Amino acid sequence: MRITADQGRCLGAGQCVLSAPDRFDQSELGLVVVLDPEVPDGDERRFRAILDLCPSQALSLEV
Amino acid sequence: MTAGIPEYPQPRGCPYHPPAGYAEYDRHGPVSRVRLYNGRQVWAVTGHAEARRVLLDPATYSSDRVHPHYPALAPRFESARKVRNFIGMDPPEHTVQRRMLLSSFTVKKAQALRPRIQALVDNLIDTIEAKGPVADLVPEFALPVPSIVICELLGVPYADHTFFEQQSRRVVTGSTSLEESADAFAQLSAYLDGLIGRKQQDPGDGLLDTLIAEQVETGVLTRRELVDIALLLLVAGHETTASAIALGVLTLLEHPDQLAALRADASLLPTAVEELLRFMAIADGIARFATADAELAGQRIRAGDGIVVVISTANRDDAAFPGPADFEIERGARNHVSFGHGVHQCIGQNLARAEMEIALGTLFRRLPGLRLARDSGELPIKEAGGVQGIWELPVTW
Ligand code: HEM
Ligand code: SF4
Repeated sequence: MRITADQGRCLGAGQCVLSAPDRFDQSELGLVVVLDPEVPDGDERRFRAILDLCPSQALSLEV
Repeated sequence: MTAGIPEYPQPRGCPYHPPAGYAEYDRHGPVSRVRLYNGRQVWAVTGHAEARRVLLDPATYSSDRVHPHYPALAPRFESARKVRNFIGMDPPEHTVQRRMLLSSFTVKKAQALRPRIQALVDNLIDTIEAKGPVADLVPEFALPVPSIVICELLGVPYADHTFFEQQSRRVVTGSTSLEESADAFAQLSAYLDGLIGRKQQDPGDGLLDTLIAEQVETGVLTRRELVDIALLLLVAGHETTASAIALGVLTLLEHPDQLAALRADASLLPTAVEELLRFMAIADGIARFATADAELAGQRIRAGDGIVVVISTANRDDAAFPGPADFEIERGARNHVSFGHGVHQCIGQNLARAEMEIALGTLFRRLPGLRLARDSGELPIKEAGGVQGIWELPVTW
């Protein structure tokens, strides 16, 4: 699975960066940047929980 | 019909627990009727899942503070109707203003401020130590930390802190009357308008200076709009965090096993702060109103109905947080709603986390014998309907 981010929805709370700094960063404008979108098998639950913390529903998992 | 309807808000009996009277809401499920100070009946959303649903749906549950349907949880909210900034706007208007500020509030920016926060926390503790016990940690520690940080970030002279701290306090205190809060808003607006005028002539290097150059000079924001945004940042930036630091000290002192675990392993600080945020719920509740008919936990919400999302009970929902009344610094739950949820989720949260971690971590490290200098039952608790916390925190060491 892959993480996709919608910068149009992001409001820069930074929950994703706090949860997984190796996967997410924030741009100069303060909007989400996915550093590494690949979610290894078995890690899906952990990432669903991280995505669930995003207050603006800007992140999703796609096959 | 109105006789049996419980009131919202109610004063806390213990500064870090929800008022005992809120247990009554739960008897009617996660969404129930409550009565505000002015007699208006609104929906109290007390469950965690339901709170998130409301906060994630700004199209149905509006934050528009000037709208007559927006419920005033205390008299002070009536005078806030004249102040227009993004905390009281819905998308897309909200999003335009919020995005102007985002680059100053990223996780990295908060990280970069850590050495400065550490230095000022150390300075304050030096002064407290030099003076000797007893110290009141509210004015001598908890308030100056966020106050200095937000001043430096915005480019507001800290020399004016007594003025804006006093006025902000009148704005965010639950017992403030309508006249008093209107006067406090007017004084803060006049002060910030004067400051922005001076900065237009003689720019500095704070966030307000950037906003003048990028948004006011270019005609995107009017000076009046910037004054209202500055007012929000200045007020929201210090009173909440000051309360969180002072009440955080008390909560840890009153849970000695948890404090001992934290002292033994400083790497627990981030989860300890997260648990403090969940447990204390400094913002007790936040208001919305329904723009359309909706259904929530089996209740039929009508367009125009007022809503209060009760953060202090949502954070104690056992479906989301097992053993919710237990304070456990290793819980590791970040899904509390202490900073809200949805598009309005606190823009200053990473700054607040950094300030709390450094202030609490350093205080307990440097003053290992820290203890209350007064019975905890005698500490004055902040009034209902405003930022929660304690007014005084006398300690010795
Ligand atoms: C522990 C400390 C803090 C707590 C508990 C807190 C709590 C909250 C809550 C609950 C909201 C959501 C309001 C709503 O949905 O209607 C909020 C929004 C906000 N907070 Fe904080 N806050 C804290 C610290 C700060 C700091 C340090 C700043 C610094 C500038 C700040 C600035 C703001 C702003 C500007 C908003 C409005 C965001 C928006 O509407 O998009 N807060 N805060
Ligand atoms: S958690 Fe969501 S809103 Fe916050 S920075 Fe990440 S994508 Fe953006």
